[in-house]
Amino acid sequence: MARTAEQGQAIDIRVAGVTKAFAGTAALYDVHLNVRPGELLALLGPSGSGKTTLLRIIAGLAQADHGQVFFGGSDATTLPVQKRQVGFVFQHYALFKHMSVADNIGYGLRVRERANRPSKAEIRRRTSELLDLVQLSGYESRFPAQLSGGQRQRVALARALAVEPRVLLLDEPFGALDAKVRKDLRAWLRDIHERTGKTTVFVTHDQDEALELADRVAVLNQGKLEQVGSPDEVQDHPATPFVMTFLGQAARFNAEIRDGRLLVNGRLVSAAAPKAAIGQASLYCRPWHLKPVPAGHGHQHGLISGVRRLGSMRRIEVTQVDGTRLEIEAPLVTPLRVGEEIGLEIQDGVIFREG
Amino acid sequence: MSDLSAVLAPPVLAQQSVVTEHKLVRQLAITVALVFLLLFVVLPLAVVFVEAFRRGLAGFLAAFQEADALAAIQLTLTVAAIAVPLNLVFGLAASWAIAKFEFKGKSLLITLIDLPFSVSPVVSGLIYLLLFGAQGLFGPWLMAHGIKIAFALPGIVLATIFVTFPFVARQLIPLMQEQGTAEEEAALTLGASGWRTFLTVTLPNIKWGLLYGVLLCNARAMGEFGAVSVVSGHIRGLTNTIPLHVEILYNEYNFVAAFAVASLLAGLALVTLALKSFLEWRHGADLASGTHR
Amino acid sequence: MSSASYLRLKQPSVLPGFGVTLGYTLLYLGLLVLLPLGALVVKASGIGIAGIVATATEPRVAAALRTSFSISLLAAGVASLFGLLIAWVLTRYDFPGRKLIDAIVDLPFALPTAVAGIALAALYAPNGWVGSLLEPLGLKVAYTPLGIFVALVFIGLPFAVRTVQPLITEIENELEEASATLGATRWRTLWSVLLPPLLPGVLTGFALAFARAVGEYGSVIFIAGNLPYVSEIAPLLIVIKLSEYDYTGATVIATIMLAISFSVLLLINLIQTWSRKRFGHV
Repeated sequence: MARTAEQGQAIDIRVAGVTKAFAGTAALYDVHLNVRPGELLALLGPSGSGKTTLLRIIAGLAQADHGQVFFGGSDATTLPVQKRQVGFVFQHYALFKHMSVADNIGYGLRVRERANRPSKAEIRRRTSELLDLVQLSGYESRFPAQLSGGQRQRVALARALAVEPRVLLLDEPFGALDAKVRKDLRAWLRDIHERTGKTTVFVTHDQDEALELADRVAVLNQGKLEQVGSPDEVQDHPATPFVMTFLGQAARFNAEIRDGRLLVNGRLVSAAAPKAAIGQASLYCRPWHLKPVPAGHGHQHGLISGVRRLGSMRRIEVTQVDGTRLEIEAPLVTPLRVGEEIGLEIQDGVIFREG
Repeated sequence: MSDLSAVLAPPVLAQQSVVTEHKLVRQLAITVALVFLLLFVVLPLAVVFVEAFRRGLAGFLAAFQEADALAAIQLTLTVAAIAVPLNLVFGLAASWAIAKFEFKGKSLLITLIDLPFSVSPVVSGLIYLLLFGAQGLFGPWLMAHGIKIAFALPGIVLATIFVTFPFVARQLIPLMQEQGTAEEEAALTLGASGWRTFLTVTLPNIKWGLLYGVLLCNARAMGEFGAVSVVSGHIRGLTNTIPLHVEILYNEYNFVAAFAVASLLAGLALVTLALKSFLEWRHGADLASGTHR
Repeated sequence: MSSASYLRLKQPSVLPGFGVTLGYTLLYLGLLVLLPLGALVVKASGIGIAGIVATATEPRVAAALRTSFSISLLAAGVASLFGLLIAWVLTRYDFPGRKLIDAIVDLPFALPTAVAGIALAALYAPNGWVGSLLEPLGLKVAYTPLGIFVALVFIGLPFAVRTVQPLITEIENELEEASATLGATRWRTLWSVLLPPLLPGVLTGFALAFARAVGEYGSVIFIAGNLPYVSEIAPLLIVIKLSEYDYTGATVIATIMLAISFSVLLLINLIQTWSRKRFGHV
C-alpha cells in the first residue's frame, strides 16, 4: 500500500448511541458503530433506513438529538463541520460550476487561514498530483459543464482529498451514473482507497456495490443498525431476518423445533438444531440451499413457473401451493421444464425466532 | 416511540446551521432590506392616498366633479378600450405562431416584440409625431384630407398600443411554449377544426396567463404618461388622459385634486398586484412567468 | 432523398393557422412598430452623422445626456446592490409579512409613472414626509440631481430584484454544505461559492434598470427641478425641443437614446449567452 508520509495514520470513527428524530418518527435509533482505522465501510439499506442521515451526522452536516461521534478518540459531537476535517463527496457532486476543475480542487486549500494556507505554487502542485490520482491529468482548465458524470465525480473526490481529511465520506457516490460507468468507478474507488489508506465510509442502497467494495458492511433498516460484518459474514451468517432477505434471495418456511430436531412440514431437516430453541421458528433458505428432487419427495413441493440462466447455473422459479414463489439454483444440466411438478429438499438455512 | 428518552445517550446542543447566515446577520439584512423598501416603495404609495384625502372625503370627491377630470377619465377609458383588445388579439396571434411552430427567424421576431420595452416613452411618442405630425412624413397628406392623428385620439391610441403591446404576448409565449403542442394535436386527430381546438383546448389552458397579461396591458395603457404626453398636444378637455390631467393639476399646485385623481391609478396598480399574487398563489404553474417582465 | 437538400423555413406541422397568425403578427408589428421607428431612422439619416454630432455636442444637449447617463448608471448600480440584498432576504429568509413584501416589490413597475412622479416629489420636497427630515441635515433631495437619483432607483428596483430572484431560488444546499466540509466559513462560502453564479442575473438586472432609467420621463420630471445644465434629463429635453418645433434636435437626442437602448439589449443577450456557456445551464 503506497502512502505518502504526510498523510499520517488513519483514524477510527466511533458512533455512540446516536438518535435522531424527524417530525415524530425516528430516522436513527440508538446507533452504535465502530469504523476501524483505514477500513472501507459501507452503510447499506433501503431508502428511509437512515443511512444518509447517519453519514451526515458523522460529517457534521446534520445534528443528532442524542449520542456522540468520536474521531480517533476525541469527541467531535459539537465540532462544526468546518473543523471536522472530513472529506465529503455528494451524490450529485456539488461541484462549483463557476470555477474550473483546478479551482474546485484547490478551494479547500485556498479558504484556509493565512497561517495554514499553502503557497499558490504548492496548491498547484497538489492539484496536479490529485488530478493524476483520479486520472484526469490535463483537465485543470475545464469547467464542470464540460465534463461527463463520471468525470465530475472524480473531480469531487479529488476536491475532497485535497484538504487531507481525516476520514472520507461518500453519499451514494455512483447513484447518479449509468450502470457501465458505475462498474468502472467501483473498481477505481477501491483502488484509490488502497492508495490513500484513509478511513472511508460510503452510503449505498445497492447491495452488489456494498458487497463488492467494502471491507465491512453495516446494514441499516428503519433507523436501526441490524448488523455489521464482512461481506461473507452478512451473507452467510445474517443476524436478523431483514439482513437475510435484503442481501439476496431468501425463501421463508415455517419450522418447528422439537427435541433438538428441526422440522419443516413435519419432515426432518436437521437433527442439529440448537437445543435451547423450542417451538415455532422461521427457516430462511438461499436458492442454493434448496435442492430439486422428484415430486412427492423433499420438504416442500410446487410447480415450476420459470426457468432462466444466471451465469453457470440455472435459476428456477417455483410456485408453491399457497401461491408464494421462491427461487432455487440447480446445475445447468438439470432437465427441468416449466409446468413440471417438483419437490424441494432443504439442505441448509438460517433459523430465526420471530414474533 | 413514547419511551424514546428512556435509555438514550445524553442530548446534543443545537448548532449553527451550515446553509444559512448567523441569526444576527439575518436580522440585520432583513432590517436593511425592509427600511430600503419602506423608503423607496411603501412611502410613495402611502403619500398618494394620504394626500388625496387630506381634505377629507368631500375634498377627494370634489376632484372628480370637474368637467376636465371627467373628460380625462372618459378619454383614458376609451383609449384603453381600443388598445387593450387590439393588443390582446395580437398577443394571441403572435404567441400561437411562435409557441406552436418552428420557423427561422423566431428569436428575431421575439426580440422585435420586446422592442417597445427598451424604448423611452418619450421616444415612443416622438416617432408617431414624426409620422403623423404636421411636419411628419404623412403630415401634409393628412392635413390635406382633414384627418387628425397627432394631437387627437388616434395618435394617443397608436402611442398607447405601441407602448403596451408586448405585455400580452410576453405573458403568453413562454406559457404556451411550455405547454407544447401535444394537446392541440390530440384534438386535431379527434376531428376538431383549428378554431375549435383553439377555443376549447388552447384557451382554457392559458386563461390565467391571458388574464394577467390583459391586466398588465390595461394598467399600463391607462397609466402611460410620457408617450401620450408627447403625442397628445395637451389640449385640456380634449386630449388629456388621466395621467396628463394629474400633471396639470400638480403644476397648478392643486395637490389634493392631483393626488385624488392619481389615487385612481394607484388603486388600479394595487388591484393588478393583488390579482397577480392571487393568480400566482392559486395557479402558479399556469402563469409560468419566470423572469420575464 | 431530395427533401433534405432545400432550405427549410418552417418545420412541417399539422396545426393550422400558421400563415394567418404569422401574417397578422408581422403586419401589426410592421405597421405599429417598425414603420414609426423607421420614420425615426429616416429622419435621423436625413440629418446625417455630422448633424447628429453637432447637435449632440451643443452644451445644453450634452449636459442633459451626461446628466441622464451618469445618474442612471449610479441609480442602476444602487438598485442592483440593494436589489440583490432584497432578493436574498425574500428568498432565503422567512419573516412575517414576507409574501406581502414580495408582492410590493413589483409596485414601481405597476404604478403609472406620473403617479410615482408626484408621489416622490411630494415625499422628498422640503415640506414632505422625508424631505422635512433631511432638510435640517442639509440634504436637499427634491428639485436636485439627488431627486432624479431617488426616482431612478425607485423604478429600477423591480428589475434588479426579479432578475436575480430565480437564480437564488435555484441554489442547491449541497454547494453550501460542500464548501463547509472543505473548511470555508459562512462568509467565504457566500462570497466564493454562492454569489458568483448570481452575477449574470445581477448584471442583467443592472442593464435593464439602466436602460429603463435613461429613458424614464414621468417619474422624474416632478422631482427633478429640470434646471438646464443641472438637473435636466434627456427625455425632457426632447419634449422641450418638440414644443419649440425643433424636430431635428428632438430626433437627434431620440436617436442617441435609441442606439443606447439597443446596445443594452445586445449586451444583455451576450451576458445570457456567455453565462449559459460557462455554467452549462442558467
